[in-house]
Amino acid sequence: MNMHTTLPMPAQVKERIQESADIFTLRLQYPDLAGDQRYAFAPGQFNMLYLHGVGEVAISIVSDPQDERLFDHTIRAVGRVTRGMSQLKEGDWVGVRGPFGVGWPLAEAEGKDVVIITGGLGCAPVVAVINYIFRRRERFGQVTIMQGVKHREDLIWRERYDQWAQQPDTTVALAADNPEQDQSLFSGNVVQLFDRVDLQPDNAVAMLCGPEIMMKYAIEALMQRGFPDTRLWVSMERNMQCGNGLCGHCQMGPLFVCRDGPVFRYDRIAEWFFRKGF
Amino acid sequence: MDQAWSRPVHLYGVERPRGSKTVPSTPVFLPPDSLQRLLDSLRGSGRQLMGPLVRDGAIVFDRIENAAELPRGMRDIQSPGSYRLEQSDSPRLFAWANGPQALKPMTFAPEEVLWQVVRDDSGLHFEPQASTPAPTAVIGVRGCDLAALQLQKAHFLQEGAEDPAFQRRLDKLLIVAVDCSHPADTCFCASTGDGPDAGPGHDIALTELDEGFLLRAGSPQGQEIIDSLALPPASTAQLQAAAESSRGASDAQTRKLPATDLRDALFARQDHPHWAAVAERCLACGNCTAVCPSCFCSAYEPRPSLDGAESEQVRLWDSCFSFEHSNLHGHPVRDDIRLRYRQWLTHKLAGWHDQYGRSGCTGCGRCISWCPVGIDLTEEVASLLEEPA
Repeated sequence: MNMHTTLPMPAQVKERIQESADIFTLRLQYPDLAGDQRYAFAPGQFNMLYLHGVGEVAISIVSDPQDERLFDHTIRAVGRVTRGMSQLKEGDWVGVRGPFGVGWPLAEAEGKDVVIITGGLGCAPVVAVINYIFRRRERFGQVTIMQGVKHREDLIWRERYDQWAQQPDTTVALAADNPEQDQSLFSGNVVQLFDRVDLQPDNAVAMLCGPEIMMKYAIEALMQRGFPDTRLWVSMERNMQCGNGLCGHCQMGPLFVCRDGPVFRYDRIAEWFFRKGF
Repeated sequence: MDQAWSRPVHLYGVERPRGSKTVPSTPVFLPPDSLQRLLDSLRGSGRQLMGPLVRDGAIVFDRIENAAELPRGMRDIQSPGSYRLEQSDSPRLFAWANGPQALKPMTFAPEEVLWQVVRDDSGLHFEPQASTPAPTAVIGVRGCDLAALQLQKAHFLQEGAEDPAFQRRLDKLLIVAVDCSHPADTCFCASTGDGPDAGPGHDIALTELDEGFLLRAGSPQGQEIIDSLALPPASTAQLQAAAESSRGASDAQTRKLPATDLRDALFARQDHPHWAAVAERCLACGNCTAVCPSCFCSAYEPRPSLDGAESEQVRLWDSCFSFEHSNLHGHPVRDDIRLRYRQWLTHKLAGWHDQYGRSGCTGCGRCISWCPVGIDLTEEVASLLEEPA
């Protein structure tokens, strides 16, 4: 039994970054980790973060597994626990259980083109995988990043997107329902961006994260363009509470999203994906 | 998939319990006036003894010491939405089917502290709950609840993710099962293959006959206790009577599930109009999940001290019928009762096959009796299957 999955480990807030009005990043450190030990996790996995006396919440890990000492969680203050966490300052403490679940198929993606599709407010699991790829750029082929948001200001990591767009063999396509005169943003949704990018399905994997309705239409568009369902990967969200596949809240059909996911190969969840009530 | 477990469990006839790896020991005969000797030896080694008692008009499990406390002559009259006890002249102590409690609370506690945390100037300090449960023997467990314990073990003791609290309680539990001789009208364990006799998972199993009890061991610990009683072997006539009692308990069951594997049939009927018909009656009260011996959902709740310095993390039974169970970004995935009833039934009878290789229902019938509006799982399944998918 891995005690880190049942008993929280204390971690200290080393830095707090305000990303937008209600989104913030906590950079955490385990003081108990011995000298050269590193916190081992895979992009796409998540932790259960505990705020003292308030409760736990599932948050994906946004930093790189190779980072020394620190690991980052980007959090949107929406609920009781996350609003409380937004009040944390440098030097404060949280509890951490994890890492949980299955991350992105990065070994399988090596040597292939990668299409990354996301929607909504800066999808943290996707930022983790993009960072991972660009730090190991030579291992991957053409990278296409597509993101759609409602408002221009929802692109909280706009600078990073601009930097990524400068990289070789990389396409960044951004869409906003309301681009507010920003000429670099396509006026529309992420699915409409498919007409503006050149995707070659033969040697590519696609990774998707965001609202399920966005993923549903993006999956349809990808499959129309010849992507087999075995090379589409989606990051799912459900009500994760234990992380160990025990508490039952995150079940999607017979799957425990916390343990069998949160990243799934699409053909393995197609039976349940976007079915009302699952 | 292996359908061997779909047969009713009869021990003294030709059929053997599913999954049974050990040959049952030769049954021995315990006269009624020696039952106290068995109870005393169960209470040996510092164990507390739990057994069936009548309380608040139902059979419940609680601490007992004497055989005289057992529910002599008590019968349970169960039907959809109804549970009544009736006193009879029978000298039998186990002539009832079940009460609202399964074995479940003794291994998966309704409320359990998982860990404590203290905050001080140097940070947060987490400590696992380390209390040791009292060694406990329980007498009166039925085949349906033993089978459900096997299901709970499959869930809570997955390799690499064993639940420490469940493991601690199970390690301290000695189980004395009783073959069911008087199923209730709500029982259907014969059709799920989990009764009426006690299958694997007990330490000792007991068959109640008019003249006394037959005892057989299901574990070395059980064998040791039986050996210490120095009882004579059961006679051929007694074994014959036990086999007849078992067959009678199967034949008496009128309810059944149509098959042990309904996975594809139910998942193919996700959009069946009958789900809405059930939802018109279902109150989403969660009684069925509270009495179900296999339901495993739980919620995590912090209990901070008043000064905020300390807190406990408590695990409580939860129900997929509660509104917030499937909450996602503040709104439930299953926001109406139709979806919640469908979740419960399709998980129990379909999803379990993917998760643990068999149905999650062991035919105890509690969800039928304890439903305040008398929704009958077997009837709902029959209605769903009436039309082709």
